[in-house]
Amino acid sequence: MAERLLEVKDLHVHFTTEDGVVRAVDGVSFELERGKVLGIVGESGSGKSVTAMTLMGLTRDVNTRFQGEIVYKGRNLVTLPEPVMQDFRGNEIGMIFQDPMTSLNPVYRVGDQIVEAIRAHEEVDKRHAKRRAIDLLKQVGIPNPESRVDDYPHQFSGGMRQRAMIAMALSCNPDVLIADEPTTALDVTIQAQIIELIDRLKDDFNSAVILITHDLGVVAEIADEIIVMYAGRVVERGQKRQLFYDSQMPYTWGLLGSIPRLDRPKPKRLASITGAPPSLINLPRGCTFRPRCPHAFDKCMEEPGLENRVEDAGHLDRCWLSVQEKRAVRDRTIRGEEEAA
Amino acid sequence: MSSNGSTPLVEVRNVKKYFPVRKGVLSREVGRVHAVDDVTFAVSEGETLGLVGESGCGKSTLGRTIVRLLQPSGGDVLFEGRSIGGLGARALRPLRREMQMVFQDPYASLNPRKRVGSIIGDPMKIHKVGDKRERRKRVQELLETVGLSPEHYNRFPHEFSGGQRQRIGVARALALRPKLVVADEPVSALDVSIQAQMINLFDELQDEFRLTYIFIAHDLGVVRHVSDRIAVMYLGKLVELSPAEELYTRPIMPYTEALLSAVPIPDPDLSEKRERIVLEGDVPSPIDPPSGCRFHPRCRYMTDICREVEPPLTDYGNSHLAACHHPLNVDKETLERVTASPKHTPDSADETATPTEPAGKESKPVPNP
Repeated sequence: MAERLLEVKDLHVHFTTEDGVVRAVDGVSFELERGKVLGIVGESGSGKSVTAMTLMGLTRDVNTRFQGEIVYKGRNLVTLPEPVMQDFRGNEIGMIFQDPMTSLNPVYRVGDQIVEAIRAHEEVDKRHAKRRAIDLLKQVGIPNPESRVDDYPHQFSGGMRQRAMIAMALSCNPDVLIADEPTTALDVTIQAQIIELIDRLKDDFNSAVILITHDLGVVAEIADEIIVMYAGRVVERGQKRQLFYDSQMPYTWGLLGSIPRLDRPKPKRLASITGAPPSLINLPRGCTFRPRCPHAFDKCMEEPGLENRVEDAGHLDRCWLSVQEKRAVRDRTIRGEEEAA
Repeated sequence: MSSNGSTPLVEVRNVKKYFPVRKGVLSREVGRVHAVDDVTFAVSEGETLGLVGESGCGKSTLGRTIVRLLQPSGGDVLFEGRSIGGLGARALRPLRREMQMVFQDPYASLNPRKRVGSIIGDPMKIHKVGDKRERRKRVQELLETVGLSPEHYNRFPHEFSGGQRQRIGVARALALRPKLVVADEPVSALDVSIQAQMINLFDELQDEFRLTYIFIAHDLGVVRHVSDRIAVMYLGKLVELSPAEELYTRPIMPYTEALLSAVPIPDPDLSEKRERIVLEGDVPSPIDPPSGCRFHPRCRYMTDICREVEPPLTDYGNSHLAACHHPLNVDKETLERVTASPKHTPDSADETATPTEPAGKESKPVPNP
């Protein structure tokens, strides 16, 4: 069995605000092993980014309440004092942010920003660090890294900036790489390049990847396991094939149906999830997806637990419908025929 | 080019848009960004034209030139048969009612200090449509049409989510009952689930208001649902123009093939099986575009001729045009036929250059569409 790097146990992250307590993450658990890719999928406001930032210790604040554990190589990151966390951050867990336009500092050269990251964690002189920065830029596929290392971010295109961000995240050989919507701001062609790059680098650096996205199409290729989040909770979790071929949660069906499929005949209307995600201050009673679910019934006023309901042991979901019922209506819902009926 | 023989609503004729690059204290012009370089097409009333390409291919510039937010450097734009390429600001004003735009970024395109009511109502005020009460009523109707509620009239943009803001942007575009709406990447900033809602909304509005759309996107998956025809641009040039469904089953230009193969398919098995053509690198600089076919440095079928001669836009039948020396999915007979037929050629291309040989294979970048 592969080495287990990370174990998140029943993580809660609540923010106290003027309007009330925002339950951004509400009981999330998962494990991550070396060499694996975990996809976290959900709409804006589902808590996926807060989960990622909490792993990096970036949500610490007087108004934040944590519960649960994040065990990384045997140590609980939630309770780790800030100076120790600083050593972990970037060194053990690296992160790529969504927007490559704003996550690089525009007034420093790209190379210097990578050098800074390296020298923050290791005692190496500037010359060595710069040589490493050039190597890293080469590994992530920047042409002429020897000269581009002295460029400013504005001289890079969007795709190149994201590559530079990846180089920076990998500069200290982290064991876990968190990519938070790494391709959302990019063209589809560049998206394909970046996904391929992350997949290759995971093997080169022998690390594990958490890939966060709102688009199931992006994780179809490289994820091993996928968790689907809604309103701060995990609503479905399983191996990639289980999620795509035997999905058990109507929310996942909605996400699947929203993607325009080039490999299928064009439907009259795209299937879509009606409405918007709920406010995290006032969650709906019972199943949080109930108000938007086309299959909701009486029992949904009670909250379903995240349980295994199908034959495959690792496949969990939060839905009261029986497996037979779900399998009967699933494909129609994904194709959007339920709405018309 | 219009199917029914009447005048098309919009005609783009050899439109060029160059931006000067200036340097030094005297701001001497040292180069030009060839953002749009000799593009010709027409859009008939009620039609949706999808305009697709990567960042920097000139699709947004072209969209802005069509609604005359920019003045073309060459060529002309015809709206309902009337030349508008050279009109001044005053002459354009009455035309602004006829063509409106929806912008990409719903966070940047709404004034944060204005209430929704005035964001949507101001275009009517400027064009002196109705009195205050009528305008208010109309704004509330519009809010309902785009799926918001009339009570949102007095709210500020920050109170809305990205998808809702984009709906406000759509309502604003519709306020003056335009004939043409140019939507510039209206869904790329949204979640997939919200994208689907928006695309359906665009579809419904088209039927309800008899709109003509030019729908700009970088993702061929998104435009398929709204478009009747699709134009593919690369580095300022129109490289393929085709009826929508045909583009997906029979791409001719290798660039289109690559764009299609980049669209993710949410099915792990199919995704694994299909051949991914990952384009290397970025779009080259439009200041100094590559010679010959502009796509040649990134093309896997490239030969010597591609480096030297710019391919003309050739009609392969069924109004499917493409500019390529080594077309895909074309058989020998079609190739011989098109070699003899006249071409829709931009002035800069070599009229005598003909597609020499097919790339020699059928290409299906999308499995079983």
